[in-house]
Formats: sequence, structure tokens, C-alpha cells
Amino acid sequence: MSAAALAQFASPDWQSRPEPILLPSGIPGIQLPRGGLTEIYGPASSGRTSLLVSILAEATARQEICALVDAEDAFDPAFAAQAGVALERLVWVRSAHNAEHALKATDLLIQGGGFGVVALDLGDTPPPTARRISLTSWFRLRRAVEHTPTVLIALALQPNAKTCASLLVECRRETTAWSGNLRGRLLRHIAVRATSTERSKVCLPAFMAQAI
Amino acid sequence: MFACLHGAGNLTALALEFSPTVEQTAADTVALDVSGLDRLFGLPQDIAAAIARRAAETGLSCHIALAANPDAAICAARGFARARLGSSVIPQGDEAKFLAPLPLTLLAPTPELLETLACWGIRRFQDLAALPPLGIAERLGPEGLRLRELARGEATRKLLPIPDPPRFEEEIELEYPIDLLEPLAFLLARLVNGLTTRLATRGLATDELRLRLKLENRGTHQRTLRLPVPSRDAKAFLKLLELDLATHPPAAPIVHVWFGVNPRKPQAAQAGLYVPTAPEPVGLELTLARIKAIVGEDRAGSPRLLDTHRPGAFRMEPPALPVPAIAAAHAPRLALRLFRPPRPARVSLAGGHPGFVAAQSIRGKVIDLAGPWRTSGDWWTADSWSRDEWDIALSDGILYRLYCSPAGWFVEGSYD
Repeated sequence: MSAAALAQFASPDWQSRPEPILLPSGIPGIQLPRGGLTEIYGPASSGRTSLLVSILAEATARQEICALVDAEDAFDPAFAAQAGVALERLVWVRSAHNAEHALKATDLLIQGGGFGVVALDLGDTPPPTARRISLTSWFRLRRAVEHTPTVLIALALQPNAKTCASLLVECRRETTAWSGNLRGRLLRHIAVRATSTERSKVCLPAFMAQAI
Repeated sequence: MFACLHGAGNLTALALEFSPTVEQTAADTVALDVSGLDRLFGLPQDIAAAIARRAAETGLSCHIALAANPDAAICAARGFARARLGSSVIPQGDEAKFLAPLPLTLLAPTPELLETLACWGIRRFQDLAALPPLGIAERLGPEGLRLRELARGEATRKLLPIPDPPRFEEEIELEYPIDLLEPLAFLLARLVNGLTTRLATRGLATDELRLRLKLENRGTHQRTLRLPVPSRDAKAFLKLLELDLATHPPAAPIVHVWFGVNPRKPQAAQAGLYVPTAPEPVGLELTLARIKAIVGEDRAGSPRLLDTHRPGAFRMEPPALPVPAIAAAHAPRLALRLFRPPRPARVSLAGGHPGFVAAQSIRGKVIDLAGPWRTSGDWWTADSWSRDEWDIALSDGILYRLYCSPAGWFVEGSYD
């Protein structure tokens, strides 16, 4: 082997971790790393759930089996079906307002393997309760999902996983569009600004979630 | 002693109730070996009466004939089915005399042979039985001799029994009652391993596990677990049974364990090179069983929408694997996060529309709204529903769905 080739191997990039395989989210500019934890957070009505449903629709459309652990029992399958989620490819776990059960179920699903996306929805869980999930638990989940083709998503009001998250996506509603006069008025869509932070790179994709 | 049942219906099942050696002679004829039944029922007439009684109980109409050899019984059952209902018992040695009036067509000779015999004026059993065997052998050959033997009721042969379907069942009678799951797991492991080994030796798998426990209080505890695909993974079976018993424990100590499986051909499928990986079906079943043990029986699975416009109508089902063809993804849609149950609200109206809303953790002035959207359904049943829906933006910055039903005002969820 030539000295030039050896020098190439000896470069700092040789020791760095390889770029993860990315899963399209259905929204341009947002791609989720497989084998990593992605946190989607933001206040209520900020478009977090619309983004999550879009990710599930995109993944199930590619024949992947997805799992949604619903800590607050807030998922509406009828809306999800209209948004394009293939429900027969979705495993839905309703943990009935119990974050601990939700965490255990997520762990079991990741250990079971074979899922394209495993989403833990803590979207309505009060922040003090969500903060009680220890960093060790998040680290355990991250370790469990590492080296697998699964995308682990945590959805919450605030970021909780700290350094365990490979990607942070903050959602913020910018505008709400209504149409028509009072008698025939309709909620049309909300415009969402998603701030994505990954490896010190920040991008600001925006999308519109159309009302059904 | 042999019996023959001739008629319509599931005669094989009836015959198997009386004898393990059953021959399906034709679609409407079943022959069975009834040797030894005299110890249970007594005389041959009593055996015939017992079979006839059971046939009547099961709603079958058939003619029953008993004879010393199967062919005589078959000829009698077929020949006397029209003449007399009930049963015919042929005493041993009187077969030729008993069968004498029957037509030769019952023996199903070849058309050429039947024509030859008809030319000779031989139309009944008694005519053929009276002919000398040497002359028949010279003129009609071995087939003629066979027909003569049948006509005289002298043909002897063994029945060709229906192969007994392999039964994959095991049971253990316990010496003392078991009231803990741990010792029961040891017994189950023995049964499960034995049955999966038997399945493997025959190249089979199973898609259904059946467990029946007899309890000390004379009750029975039965569980049936269905698998998405046939498998013979003993460890997974055992874990599924353990989890199921932990979720549905027996009401009393166990005195008898019975375990059976449903044999099926194993599923052989090769995944496509570019098809995304999916959870292994039995593994997913096991994972779901573990999750159900944590969150509750009907709180994990795949949602299936019901064929109704009623809001929130769905049921949980086991995930369907392998999954159907590809579906197209949509543009992002505004999702609704439901409050289960909906939160009762106090609403102040302004100009006929909601002006202020207060509910659990929700309080604010209505900034913007759309509605009302009136929906109703099932008015033809006792469980009818109707509601007026509004999409509202509250002063707290959150978009909600609000509805008014005969039961009052409720906040159904928030758009997110």
C-alpha cells in the first residue's frame, strides 16, 4: 500500500463514526438517522404530531413495520389513516397515562427488533413527569437501538434525552390559516417551522400541515 | 364380525365411535370391524341396535348390516337399504341364503361380464352362487370366480382402514395439586418440548396452542393461543403460555394438564432483497404478549377502523403479517391529539358561538373558530349519537376541537 493511501487512512475521518443511514420523514429537509434517537419537541399545537404522523405514513408506505407507544392515549387512528398511515403496518401500544409502562413497552419493542420506526409519544405528558425519566433509561434505549435499522423517536413538550439524542427537532407553529366567513369558515392549515439540530448543524425546514 | 353402514351423512365419524378399524368403501358406504363389541353390547342384534340408536341421535339415516365378512355386510347393507330400513344381521354360515335375492348389479361387474351373465339368464346372487366354480373359471376367468365368492358371501379379505390422523396432544395427571405457575412451567416445558419434537420429526409446525387445565374444584381452565404463522419454536410457545397464564391465572389449584397443538405445514417464504426487514412474526407475538402483560390485554395491537362514521370507532387486532401491498404517502396533514375520555367543558356562548371555554387544564377566550359541523349516526339504534363540532383557537395559543352533544360540551382533543 502506498504512503498516500496510508495517509488517507490515518486522517481524522478514519476514526470518526460513519454517517448514519437516513430515513426520509416526508418533509424536505428533515431526515432521521437509523440506529439513533430523534427527539421531536415543541408546545401543544406546534405541529409535532403532524410531523410524527408524516414520518409514520412515509415509513409504512415503504412497507416498514412501525410501532407507536402512546403514553397519553392521544393517537387517533382515523386521522392517521386519512394522513396516509397504513394502520395494518402499525403496532399501537396504549399505556394509559403511564410513562413508566410506555418506557418498558418501548424497550421491549426495540429488543424485539425488525421495526422501521419506534415512536414514544410523550406529547401530553407533563414536563415534570417526563423529566423524571432518568438519563440512564434514555441511554439504555439509545444503546438498544444502536446498530439496528430502527429509528427511535421521542415526542415531548420539552427535550428530555439530552446528549442521548442523535437529532433534535423543535417544532413551532408560525401561522394558522382560516378561510371563509363566519358561516362557512374552515381551519385550513398550520405553518410549522421545524428547527433541526444535528452534529452542530442547524437547518430550518418549514412545512404546512393541511387540515383534513 | 364386520358391520357396514350405507346411507348419507358423516358415516365415518359414526363408525369411528364404535371401532378404530374403519374402511371408507365408498362415499356412502363405510365398513368397520366390530369384533369384541359383543362384550359391551351382547348379541350382534344388540350391536346393530346400538349403532342405529347412535345414528338416530346424530341425525343420520343409514342401513346397518352385520356379517362374518366385510363384503357380505357391504352387499347386505347396500342391497337391503331400500327394501327395509334399520339393520340386517346375517348369521354366520347363512350368507348365501341371506344374500340370495339381491341383484347382481350390486357386485358392480364389468359391463361385458354383466351382459354375458344376463344372456345366461343369471340376474341374482342365488343364480350365480349355484353355478359350478370350474365352469365359471373356464368361461369367465378369475373375475367370475371372485363374483361367485361374493354372491355366496364367502369372500374373505382384510379391511383397508382409514389412516389415523396423527394427534398432537399430551397430558399429565398430577399426583398432587399445583397452585404456583413456576412448577406448572416445568410441566408445560415437558409437554411443549415433546410436542414440538414430534412436529419437527414430521416436518410440521403449529399455529394454535390449546391448554386445558382441570382444577381441584372440578372446574376447567381452557386457553387457546393463535399464532400469526405456523411455527415450532418451543421457547416462544412456553413463554407465550407462561405470560398468558400470568394474565389469566386459573381459579383453583391444578390437578390435570392437557396440551394440544394444531398441526400445520410450516410457512416457507423468501423475503425480497429490497423488502425492508420486519419483526419475526412469532417474536412479535411474544413481544406483544409481554407488553400486554404490562399495559393490559386490549391495549396493544394494530388499530382497525370500523365501518361507521361514529368518532373514535376502532378495534384492536393482532398485527397482520405479512403485510399487503404498498400505499402512497400523503402530504403532511394536521393531526388531532385526542383526550380519552373527552374533557367536559363549560362554554360561554357569544352570538350563538363559543366565546369562552373552561375544562380540565384548558381555559381561555375563543380567538377564532370554524363551525359548527353537525354529525349524527346510528339513529336507528338505541345507541345513537349526534354532535355539533367546532375547531377553535383559544387565547392560550392552542387549537382545540370542541363539540356539543346531548350530554353537554366536551373538548375532544387538540390539533398538533
